[in-house]
Formats: sequence, C-alpha cells, structure tokens
Amino acid sequence: MHDNEHTEQHHEESFISKYIFSLDHKMIGKQFLIYGLLMFFLGGGLALLFRWQLAYPEKPLPVIGASQQYMEEGEVVTGADRMWERIYESEKEEWLEVNMPNGVVEPAFYNMLFTMHATVMVFFVVVPLLVGAFGNFLIPLMIGTRDMAFPILNMLSFWFAVLAAIIMMTGFFVPGGHAAAGWTGYTPLSSDAQWTGVEWGQILWGLSLFVQGLSSLVGSINYITTIINMRAPGMTFFRMPLVIWSLFIVAILLLLAFPVLSSAIVLLVFDRLAGTTFFTATPEGGGDPLLWQHLFWFFGHPEVYILILPGMGIASELIAVFSRKPIFGYRSMVYAMIAIAFLGWIVWGHHMFQSGMRPGLGSIFMTTTMLIAVPSAIKTFNWLGTMFRGSIRFTTPMLHGIAFVSMFVIGGLSGIYMANTPVDIYVHDTYYIVAHIHYVVFGGSLFAIFGGIIFWFPKMYGRYMNDALSKIHFWLTFIAFNCTFFPMHILGVGGHMRRISNPQQYEFLQGFEGMNIFITMSAFTLGFAQLILVFNFFWSIYKGKVAEQNPWHVTTLEWEAPTPVPHGNFGQIPTVYRGPYEYSVPGEESDWIPQAQPEHAPATSGD
Amino acid sequence: METQNHIDVRERPPLSNARLAILVLLGAETMLFSGLIGAFLVFRVGNVTWPPPSHIGIELPRIVTGINTALLLISGYTMFQAWRAIQKEKVKQLRNWLLITGVLGLLFLGIQGSEWVQLIRKGLTLQSGVYGGIFYVLIGCHAVHVLSAVIWVFTVLGMAIAGRFSAEQYTGVDTCTIYWVFVVALWPILYVLVYLT
Repeated sequence: MHDNEHTEQHHEESFISKYIFSLDHKMIGKQFLIYGLLMFFLGGGLALLFRWQLAYPEKPLPVIGASQQYMEEGEVVTGADRMWERIYESEKEEWLEVNMPNGVVEPAFYNMLFTMHATVMVFFVVVPLLVGAFGNFLIPLMIGTRDMAFPILNMLSFWFAVLAAIIMMTGFFVPGGHAAAGWTGYTPLSSDAQWTGVEWGQILWGLSLFVQGLSSLVGSINYITTIINMRAPGMTFFRMPLVIWSLFIVAILLLLAFPVLSSAIVLLVFDRLAGTTFFTATPEGGGDPLLWQHLFWFFGHPEVYILILPGMGIASELIAVFSRKPIFGYRSMVYAMIAIAFLGWIVWGHHMFQSGMRPGLGSIFMTTTMLIAVPSAIKTFNWLGTMFRGSIRFTTPMLHGIAFVSMFVIGGLSGIYMANTPVDIYVHDTYYIVAHIHYVVFGGSLFAIFGGIIFWFPKMYGRYMNDALSKIHFWLTFIAFNCTFFPMHILGVGGHMRRISNPQQYEFLQGFEGMNIFITMSAFTLGFAQLILVFNFFWSIYKGKVAEQNPWHVTTLEWEAPTPVPHGNFGQIPTVYRGPYEYSVPGEESDWIPQAQPEHAPATSGD
Repeated sequence: METQNHIDVRERPPLSNARLAILVLLGAETMLFSGLIGAFLVFRVGNVTWPPPSHIGIELPRIVTGINTALLLISGYTMFQAWRAIQKEKVKQLRNWLLITGVLGLLFLGIQGSEWVQLIRKGLTLQSGVYGGIFYVLIGCHAVHVLSAVIWVFTVLGMAIAGRFSAEQYTGVDTCTIYWVFVVALWPILYVLVYLT
C-alpha cells in the first residue's frame, strides 16, 4: 500500500523545495538539527551572561564591559569604553544601555536572562534536537518506510517551530524586555505587568509557546501515525529499536501534555490582554494563582520525561552497538519506558510541595514520585547488564552513551532526595534543584544528543565526524560539565537560592564566592568546548573522512539504506526477520545479524 | 520461534492513516478542553456561591441554550447520515445531509452569538471576575471549534459537489465526520457543567 512506485523515480528538485520547504523527512530532521544547534548557542550564551553576574556581581563583563577608569572617572581607555560613550551620547535609548549599562548585568535583565535560558533550552533546543531532529531522521529509516505518513504536516511542523522561534526572539527587543517570570511563568508574577515591569515580553513568550505547541502537535500526529501504520513487513512492535519506542512514547506524551500548557497560556494571555483575573485573587470573584502551577506542571512533568526518554532510547542503541551485545532485557526496557511515561502524569504535585498543599496530598505525590525510581533503576541496571562482559568499543559515541548513564544516575539520585517532602522544605528553590535539572537534562539528554549526532552522522552526511576533535570535545565537556554543576549541589545544601542576581548581598552566602567563581570559569570552558563540536560538525560535512554504508556494524534498518540516503530511502522496502539487537549470537560467524537478514537457522529470539 | 511464513505483511492497517491521525488529534483536543474544564472546576469549587455574589442578577440563558443543544445534537445525526450516504454511493444524499449539517452548525453559532450579545448587555463580560471570564473562554473555545468544523463541512460539501467522493474513496467525509461528532459530543458536557450546575 505504501510502496508507491512514483517515489522511486529519480527526483529532481529545486533548491527551495530541497533545502527550505523540504518534504523529505531526512532534510526536515537536518533542519531541526541545525535549528537546535543554533538555539543551543543562544541559550548557552544567555547562561554565560548570568553566570558572570553570579561570580562577579555588578562587575562589567569581559570584552564588552567598560573599564574601571571609565566607570569611575569617565576616562576612555579601551575600545569598549568608546562603544559605551557612543551609546550614551546617542539620542535614542539603546538596548545595551537599558539592559547592561557599562556591561554590567542589571537585575531586571538578569531575570530575563535566566527565564530565557531555560525557555530556549527546554523548548527550542532539547525538544527540537531529540524529537524534531532524531525523530524525523530516524523513524522512517528505522521502521523501514519511505517517508512520514504526512510529509506536508511534517514540513509545517518545522516551520511552525521557526515561527515560534521568531516570535520568541522578537521578545528580546520589545520595550519592557522579555519574559522575566522564570521558565515556569508562575502567576501572578507573569499574569500582571506590575510585578516584573514586563509588558509584551511575557505575552510574546506565551504566544511563541502556543505556536511551538502547534508544531509539536502536528509532529506527534505524524510520528504516531507513521509508527503505528507504516512499519516494514515483519517489523512488529517488539522488533522496533528502543530509540523508536522512546520516540513513540514521547510523541504520545507531547500530544497529550502540550495542549494543557496551551490552555493555561490561553488563560494567561486573556489575563494580560483582556483584563480577566483567572490568576489573580480579587474581591469580586477573582481567580486562583495556584491554578497556573497545577496546569503548568500537569504539562511540565510529562515534559520532563519528553526531555529524557529519547535520550534513554539513543543511549540504549549506543550501548548495545558498542558493547556488541543484545540489549539486556529488551522488553523490560520498553515496559519501563511506558511505566515512566504513565507515572509522569501523576507526580506533578512534587513541584508544588512548598506552594501550599494539604500535607496528606503531598505524601501521595511523594510516593508516586519515588515509584518512578523503580523503572528508572530497571533501565540503569539493564544498561549495565548490557555492558557487563561485552566486548566494549570505546568509540566517541559510546563514551557519550556511558556518560549519559553515569550522569543520569547522579541526576536521578538527587531527584529521590528532593521527592521527599521534608527534604524538599529545605532544598526547594535552591541550587540543589538547579544541579539536579542540569544533571538530567544536560548530563543526560545532551550527552545522548552529542553521542547520537556522532553516531548517525555517517548516515546523515556520508562522512565521519573528525574523531580527534570529537574526543577532545567529549572530555572537555564531560569535565567542565561536572565542574560546573556538581558544586551546585553544595551551594544548594548551603542555602544558596536560585534566581538571585547577587548572592554577595547575603552574608551567609558570601563564603560561596570562590565556588561561584569556579562554577563560572567551568561554565565558560563548557561553553567554549561546544564551539569545537560546531566547528567539527560543519567541517566534517564537507571534509570528513568518507564513511561506508554501515561503519559501526549495526543491525537496524537505517544502515540498510544506501549512503547518502536517497529520496524514498530504500530501493526495495526491507523485510524484517528478527529483533534489533542480534549482536554476538552464539554459533554465528559475524558478531551482528542485520534485522533484514533472512533466517537460515532456528531463530534466536530478539528479546 | 517465528518463521518467514508468519511474518506479518501489512497490506492494509486496521485504521487508515487519515483516520488514525484525526483520532490522535482528538486526543490532543480532549486535553486542551480538559485544561480549560479543570480551570472551570477549580473556580466553581473554589467559590462558595456560584455565580459569585457580584453576579447574582445574571442568569445564563438555560432554555434557549437547551434548544441550541438539541440543534447541535441533531446536526450530529445528520452528519452521521451523510457518512452513511456516501458509503452507499448516494452522492446526492451526501450533499443534502452535509448542507443540513453545515446550516445547523451555523444556526447554533448564530443563536449562541445573539445570546452572548444579550449577556454582554446585561453586564456579563470577560472582565467580570472569573465567572464571566471562564464562561466566555470555555464556551468561546468550543465555538471556535464549531466554526472550524463548519468550515470543514462546507469544504467537504464543495468537494462532494465536485464529485470527489465515492463509496470506495471518502476519506474527506470520514475524517470530517469524526471531528464533527467530537465537537457535538463535547457540547452537552459543557452545557451541563456551565449552564446547569
């Protein structure tokens, strides 16, 4: 039914239909990849700005900041001083003058920086990279079909995401600045301009996320339909690679979670624009500020698993391939992901222990939250079981896979502490939380993304990424990441609040100055290490070593397709005869049996 | 365990891509309305008297809206008849049923619109506390869905007039019917919640 002959014909396309309004899932995947990497730099840049402020409060930034003499005596010393003088002399109010006079981050600007750092990283980096880039590129190739079920919807999904990014970027330049109520947009801080002074920024923030919701909606409809209906002959559900399982589950989560955020945003925008009082308690029948938190976290907690599940899927692929062993407990891996996705819906209250909740209710949320440790532990032990006595090949993607597992364990363990209501009284709203989220989303998801990019790069562009550069990038990132985020646990236990622009104004935090400087230095190292990745990425597209069709000896279907993958993916749709992880099967000559290789002996079950 | 003969060659999946996609979309729509209904319930339960004391004089038009509810339910039936007609290759009947459905939908919107105008005249506006606010947002969100469903029905009608459907090929009618039934079935829930309780 889907083997349309016409897709196999030679396909001539113009530049616009090939690279811009492409309908090909591989090109859309690559578009999302570039989009995510660009936004990654924006999000990282914002973080470095506020990290500077935390280490050196109210000191001018390096390079663009004014010199000491200029700030004290008005004496122009450096090029930056000349720039500031020009800015101050100009008639109109320059953007830099408002937000960071002399290169010093203003407190209001600081609020905007951390808000936008998280917003950009969550909605414009990790989700587009994991779900947009890997989902689009891998799903049709790995289940053995020619394209997505609805290529036009697929294209729309990317362009909705671009529109959302444009709206979000506009917010930086509107009067009053961008949203500054935190990425969670807690009301009434976000619903009334009088608290933050932010007018249009918050509204554009909401509209942008609404559009991003449309993008996710269209994308997940496509993923779900494609995976259910368009698998190659023989590709049963339990022969799907784990990364496809994870993307399938995530598509369902996105589909059901994002509309709840959309409903909350509708109410928020009405509060802002139409004078309703949904999130403000007023004497004449007003609303409820806590409602936002319920709606937001009912979306937000599944969103957390949207950020990590595809990372788990990618890590499973990497670890099985480079341990040359079948994944340990394939079915339990699938059921664990389903369990995590299900439990994700009934734990949102653990974000609100301190917001005001019946203590009994808090205990229920505590219990459901701790239950998530069970499927997570199953997955972790299965990864270790896969590596145990395997012939591990320490390629760079494998290093990222191992980094994923180890960092995820640290992030997961700190999560168990926070899930305890009594502990949360103490650590909530501190850097302990910041450390936890970064161990899971940077240490987890981003290492999986980096590993995935290096692993599938030969299939995407027909070349290897430069391995020496990849290794340097990995080790720098791994070390700088831990130096940046591990000390935050200590800051958090020491009572260092998150979201404060100047810790030095509190006496009990002054002792942390050295640690804050250390963290900032590590963060800058971490940021610059990413430049290596981007250089390597673009350089390797043109100059990398040419790769053969299946360089890592992988069993799954995407490696059956010729490189570069043509329009329509496969000459003939492959038939699947076995599970996805048939590595080192006893009695076989080769240590891997492709899924599409017909049976010639009694089959060894793939699971 | 599995041999080549047992390989599951999917000629035709149980649900076509289009039908599956529209059902998946309805999952998302359900969650959107769940969010708004959840907000409504929080306000409803959070206020001792409903409507709040400041809105005592204002009555929602229960009876007219009840009639309107009936109209919408009938449109669900007519849409179903349109769907049945095309399965029996009765293209003319398909057109008639689609036209009736679309007109009923427009009638529903018209009556609701005129009721809104009267409510606003009586002083129930978006700004009058959460009572007015959630009323207009929740009911308005449904109205937007009815409007898009009406546009969809008339588009399908245009395609039917152009002779695009047959008993073998009626995906357009099929998906539109599923969406219409969802929008119709959602309404009684909102009517009972917002108008009657």
